[in-house]
Amino acid sequence: MRNPDQILAIVFQLTQLLLVVLAAPMLTGWVNLCQAWLQNRTGAGVMQPYRALNKLFHKDAVIADNASWLFRITPYIVFGCMWLAAAIIPIIAVDLPFSRAADVIALVGVFALARMFIALAAMDIGTSFGSMGARREMLVSFLAEPALLMVLFTASLISQSTQLTHIVETFAHHEFVLYPSLAFASVAFVMVLLAENARIPVDNPSTHLELTMIHEAMILEYSARHLALIEWAASLKLFAYISIGIALFLPHGIVGVGNWSGLPLAVGLLLAKMMLAGAGLAVLEAMMAKMRIFRAPEFLGTAFLLAVLGLLIHFLLGA
Amino acid sequence: MNGLGVLPIDVAGGAILLWIVSGFLGLALQRSPRLICKLVFPAGACVSLALAACGFWALGSAANIAVLPLGLPDLPLHFRLDPLSAFFLILLGGASFGASLFSAGYFKFMAGQVLGLLCLEYHLFLASMAMVLLADDAYSFMVAWETMALSSYFLVTTDHAIPDIRRAGFLYLLIAHVGAMAILLSFGVMQAGHGIAAYTFDAMRQVQLSSFWASVAFLLALFGFGAKAGMLPLHVWLPEAHPAAPSPVSALMSGVMLKMAIYGILRLTFDLLGTQIWWWGVLVLALGLLTAMFGVMFAAVQADMKRLLAYSSIENIGLLLVGIGLTLIFHVYGRDTLAALSLAATLYHSLNHAFFKSLLFLGTGSILHATGERNMGQLGGLIHHMPWVSVLMLVGVLAISGLPPLNGFVSEWLLLQAFLLSPGLPNSYVNMLVPVAAAGVALSAALSAYVMVKFYGVIFLGQRRENAHKHAHDAGIWERAGLLWLAFACVVLGLIPVFVIRKIDAISQMLLGAHLGNATASWMFLAPVDTHRASYGPLYFLLAVAGVMLLTVLLVRRLYHGRSRRGPAWDCGFPAQSARMQDTAEGFGQPIRRIFEPFFRIENELPTPFDTHPKYHGMSEDKLWGLLYLPLKGLIEKLSGWVSLLQHGRIHLYLAYTFVTLIVLLIFV
Repeated sequence: MRNPDQILAIVFQLTQLLLVVLAAPMLTGWVNLCQAWLQNRTGAGVMQPYRALNKLFHKDAVIADNASWLFRITPYIVFGCMWLAAAIIPIIAVDLPFSRAADVIALVGVFALARMFIALAAMDIGTSFGSMGARREMLVSFLAEPALLMVLFTASLISQSTQLTHIVETFAHHEFVLYPSLAFASVAFVMVLLAENARIPVDNPSTHLELTMIHEAMILEYSARHLALIEWAASLKLFAYISIGIALFLPHGIVGVGNWSGLPLAVGLLLAKMMLAGAGLAVLEAMMAKMRIFRAPEFLGTAFLLAVLGLLIHFLLGA
Repeated sequence: MNGLGVLPIDVAGGAILLWIVSGFLGLALQRSPRLICKLVFPAGACVSLALAACGFWALGSAANIAVLPLGLPDLPLHFRLDPLSAFFLILLGGASFGASLFSAGYFKFMAGQVLGLLCLEYHLFLASMAMVLLADDAYSFMVAWETMALSSYFLVTTDHAIPDIRRAGFLYLLIAHVGAMAILLSFGVMQAGHGIAAYTFDAMRQVQLSSFWASVAFLLALFGFGAKAGMLPLHVWLPEAHPAAPSPVSALMSGVMLKMAIYGILRLTFDLLGTQIWWWGVLVLALGLLTAMFGVMFAAVQADMKRLLAYSSIENIGLLLVGIGLTLIFHVYGRDTLAALSLAATLYHSLNHAFFKSLLFLGTGSILHATGERNMGQLGGLIHHMPWVSVLMLVGVLAISGLPPLNGFVSEWLLLQAFLLSPGLPNSYVNMLVPVAAAGVALSAALSAYVMVKFYGVIFLGQRRENAHKHAHDAGIWERAGLLWLAFACVVLGLIPVFVIRKIDAISQMLLGAHLGNATASWMFLAPVDTHRASYGPLYFLLAVAGVMLLTVLLVRRLYHGRSRRGPAWDCGFPAQSARMQDTAEGFGQPIRRIFEPFFRIENELPTPFDTHPKYHGMSEDKLWGLLYLPLKGLIEKLSGWVSLLQHGRIHLYLAYTFVTLIVLLIFV
């Protein structure tokens, strides 16, 4: 290492790597807890996902007879991709070393890589549910992915960069300006977040009813450590998406590498934002009903159009 | 220049000659098909490699020219090897190396006589493509272009006993010739009535055309080359002809021959025509977007695996046209760096598509050999029987879906960067078109992932749908070598884009007079403008992904027991699972058909509840066929009907025509 700055950056990066992987299930637990409160239940507490993961890791894995190697490596690939995605988004500090390797387009690529593998693994066993889940997942994503890309494009056009670090710096350190294009983008982003994380109204994470499931249908055949990794990856994905939302729309308080004095405030702010976002997600889900699968393309088409509209507004107004 | 005085163009000429010799050798050896496979095809592969190396050499050096004392009076054959041709020579050599190696194994069961002819056509096809790239006058270009069309026509109709294949071949030949005529007319416009010597490309570069005539030349060329590339609405031959050919030929046609049309457009627009006009770029961009969306939409509903790949080629040609359109727009508006960036994206994507599409087409050849089945709905579960093919095809599938860290992602990334840097063009309509185009590109890229999950999932994964495929065997050693080479190229092109971009810079310099300054600053990170705006480090990325995954595996293995057992699939407790309950190819494509219903001509035949033998039959076809081609065919038939009124085939009638003509002439003169 050439200079202490770089060592420090790597320390920050490793800290974030560790932090996201440990904190992600808690976010899922928090969303579930808020949902329980909204439904007038007591709820199982924010630590419940850890207990579930612990249980799964201690079980024996049952693998279907005709599963191939693809089925067995997929949980590791999906988990690795989601972990990396969550680790390169600047949530506490900007200018992390990993962020130079992958910009927002590559970030979308990482999500796509994980999705491709999980869809293929779902088809690997050859059950009716598996291929149905894969088909529906790809159906949702072929509209959600370009919508996400357009949202990120709007942000990168404003900040003149596709590097997340620079996007966050632009938004965090300028005086508060209302960008009309970002308003459209944020609505589109919330819709994409709901769809991509298998939430209501597109999918329901807590059902095993054949008419409604998408994500759950794909992972039906997984058990024990494989299932644990996939569930953990789903938490990481939700964490990553909310991080992107924070980075794009509420980046205030993120510090640069080496800024120790700002760090406690940054962590506190992050915690508050995450809690707020999680509660907001629970409220959104409580207010909506699950829609039929054939309505999903309309929902996502709307998201895509809104995102394109945001981009167009930026091109027309320059704001 | 080296001590021996050998120029790259001499080597390239030698390679072409060797290909022709190999072809005739194959014809001579038709009594021993074993020898053709074991000797001639590998020899052809070595020539491919030499040609690619020669292209690599010429990419860094100045253009060299050769004039042969052959050809027309006053117009000897001119050849020229400059960076643009050199780049496409690398593409041709690299992809055909894999295809030729594969052919050595693929054709070994073919009867000698057929094989001898096929070997001749195959090598003539390769040689003619190299000639197209080297040609430096209209005459030699057209000769090479027509040789390419004819040799590939004969390759397409290898199985000419099947009526459908004859029909596909005829359609291909027809559209190829309509296109060739347009190209010839375009050359005619560009030589501007300066006599036969002005048919050299050098003379055309000197001619200053008015903007009207330049546009006429451009439109004719776009029509002609677009017909070859499968641009909308001239694409109808492509999904018929590409699947009809034997797989190595499909690979070459899709992977390489379509790029010859892209080469033609680039050569003509940026090199031969001195000026460009902004609406050319808009036109190409719009056509490219339509082509891309159309191709991927139709790929999603195909059930035949080779047809699916052919439609996917149409999509990729669309993306290349988008790149060319952007280059034109940026070049006209003086955004040199951006023009260089979109040209680099176009060229890179050409190279990538040549490798991954060849890989996938060759893979379908192995599947065809193992199972005798092209319909995806009959396959399934091949991952257990064909480990080599399934792994290598997975690389191709991931690459064509544009996923990091493989090569498809790099060119997609470059293209999207070009879009992102574009705001502030002086023409506000163009300025509005650009974000819409970016959205279209993103949408078709995402849909292509859908198509590829379907392609790979239905063929390789799941349960075996036909018991007859129980003994499907893996590809042989030659086939494996060909696939391995192409997959290797996909990985390498994905990991070291900076080296390739550095090489491509010579072409931008030549065509646009601009180059990508900062892209080459660091060998690890690809950064088109500067690292603050955007950078992508594939090696670093791979390292990070692989590191994180390895860490996960180690942690899980270390901290928890690795006990697992096998059991029957659970499937939510549903009993009696059968292979028939998986999605077929049609089933997987059904949502797309439903969403984009207005674009398809759909025929459904559904059983009623009382049918004793319920049968389902669904078909989704191209609407353009009915809307454009059939009326056109009707019109031509009507016109030729009128002409045939004159042609009765009776001699006294023709004598009467002659007599009337003479009288009329006498009156006038």
